[in-house]
Amino acid sequence: MAARNSISPQIEPMKRYLIQFAHEHLDFRVQEIRSILSLIGCQGIMKEKDLSDGSPFMEVELSSETVAKALMQRTVLSKRLYELWGEGTSVYDINTQIKQLPKEILEPYTSENSSFRIVVETFNKKLSTLEKISRIEKLTEPDSIFYGPIKLNCPDYSFHLLEFYHFDGTSQPASEPSKVYFGRWIADGQRARIQQYHLQKRHFIANTSMDACLSMVMANLGQIKDSDFVFDPFVGSGSLLVACAHYGAYVAGTDIDFLLLHARAKPSRAKQKTRSRNESVRSNLQQYGFESRYIDVLVADASRHKMWREGSQFDAIVTDPPYGIRESAARIANVENAKVKSLENGAQRYPQKTQYQLGDIFRDLLNFAAQFLIKGGRLVYWLPIYKPDYQESNIPQHPCLEVESNCEQPLNSTISRRLITMVKTGEFKGPESHGEQKASIAVDHYQCETFRQKYFKATEMEANEKEKGGPPSSSNSYS
Amino acid sequence: MLTSNIIKGVTKGFPLGITPTKVEVKEVDFNPTFIVKTLTKIDYSALYQAANDVGHAEGLPEKLEDDVKENEDLLKKLHNALLQVEVIEGELVCPESGRKFPISNGIPNMLLLENEVENVTQ
Repeated sequence: MAARNSISPQIEPMKRYLIQFAHEHLDFRVQEIRSILSLIGCQGIMKEKDLSDGSPFMEVELSSETVAKALMQRTVLSKRLYELWGEGTSVYDINTQIKQLPKEILEPYTSENSSFRIVVETFNKKLSTLEKISRIEKLTEPDSIFYGPIKLNCPDYSFHLLEFYHFDGTSQPASEPSKVYFGRWIADGQRARIQQYHLQKRHFIANTSMDACLSMVMANLGQIKDSDFVFDPFVGSGSLLVACAHYGAYVAGTDIDFLLLHARAKPSRAKQKTRSRNESVRSNLQQYGFESRYIDVLVADASRHKMWREGSQFDAIVTDPPYGIRESAARIANVENAKVKSLENGAQRYPQKTQYQLGDIFRDLLNFAAQFLIKGGRLVYWLPIYKPDYQESNIPQHPCLEVESNCEQPLNSTISRRLITMVKTGEFKGPESHGEQKASIAVDHYQCETFRQKYFKATEMEANEKEKGGPPSSSNSYS
Repeated sequence: MLTSNIIKGVTKGFPLGITPTKVEVKEVDFNPTFIVKTLTKIDYSALYQAANDVGHAEGLPEKLEDDVKENEDLLKKLHNALLQVEVIEGELVCPESGRKFPISNGIPNMLLLENEVENVTQ
């Protein structure tokens, strides 16, 4: 930073903070923080290496506490953020360090008028109450930095002693911590939102509704902000739109499933016989007070882009395409010499749906995004992957779109899905005139077999292995 | 009604005409930022026509002046037309082919019929 400061003196000096992550969706944590920092227009230097041995703690340098708080206002993968006061491998290290901290840092929080408490938290090891108390006593011994009274409930300031014990998953966790941190609590992340928007309490769900946490991560990677216009071409029950509306976006979507959008599909909840008539995307938004953010939902085929007027522009496209496992991938068949079929009662007949190749879904999606996103707008979508075959060239490309991040969510030992975030960087020059401006996939992951075939082959193999005593699989839901 | 401004019939049919049978005006929080932003993207004459189709064009000018941003009164009227007026039942009509797309329960159905599909692909 020193070199930078000399060039542009406006840059504020960076301060050290510590993020405590929740231990889930590990691959997404750094990307979520990075995306939020770029959205709020702030610099941050993350020490990603901190996370490499399974630790949930990561140091980050930020310019101010205001930035730190703004960051915590959005992240769902972080539990808490602290101003970092000391780090080492023992309480002794911490004690030595905090005693050397400059007055400006200490005094506002440790004077005799400020009540405080110290919370001890450990990762990979449980400490007894006595062990915790002995640590707290060491930190608050007579010549310590703290002059104020201890108050366990609602103190003026909260300090956390955090210990990480290495554990490789095979033997016992290490007996001594590999990392100890001490910090002043600044803010909590948005973990509570996961309960607030939990699918169990959602009015309308479909077979593949995205859970609340990942929906919000997607909204963060899509950099959804107030007054954005966000679109989901595979809207389903609208769970991604709920997350986007939470961040202030106006939302719209399409789905090919007429019955689902009109609440006449088979219910997704166990024991529910029929859907109630008002199960709709609108009612989901209504449930959380976001009805004002609802624009529209249409029954339409995502593979047909001609229904959109040229130049209509979305700030972001956030979507979870069907992979053909729990929700079939369909588009309208392109029947040659289709005959006019009128039913006897004169009712009109909609054409049959045909299978929609996964590769085509993604090419269509990228072409759509390239055309209808604003410049700088983001496309966020899931790509299902058969791990043994996966390579980076499987990721669909478009000359107008750049891959911003690629995070993996493992679903079992061979199957995972990757959340791809792309930014529109190039100008789209019209759909017809420039044939070269088309989406392409260097190596199509689904060329030889459909994902469904790969999926069931893999699941079968795993079941066989399990019989032989192989590793257990996790059960996760899919589209 | 914002949606009617961003969709069209398959080839050229823009703007789609609206034949409403049931129109509702929903209460939606007024957000001038979004309205101003949206105005830069939409085709105003199409919005004006749509508002006339559903009988909610009252107070809307035929053409938009440049100073619309400062005119809160007008922004509120545009807000009403774009976000509050909603066609619950009715039809969207393609001006080119006369093809009708039904709207039921507030959800337009843009799927084509079987005999129409072959004509429009590629």
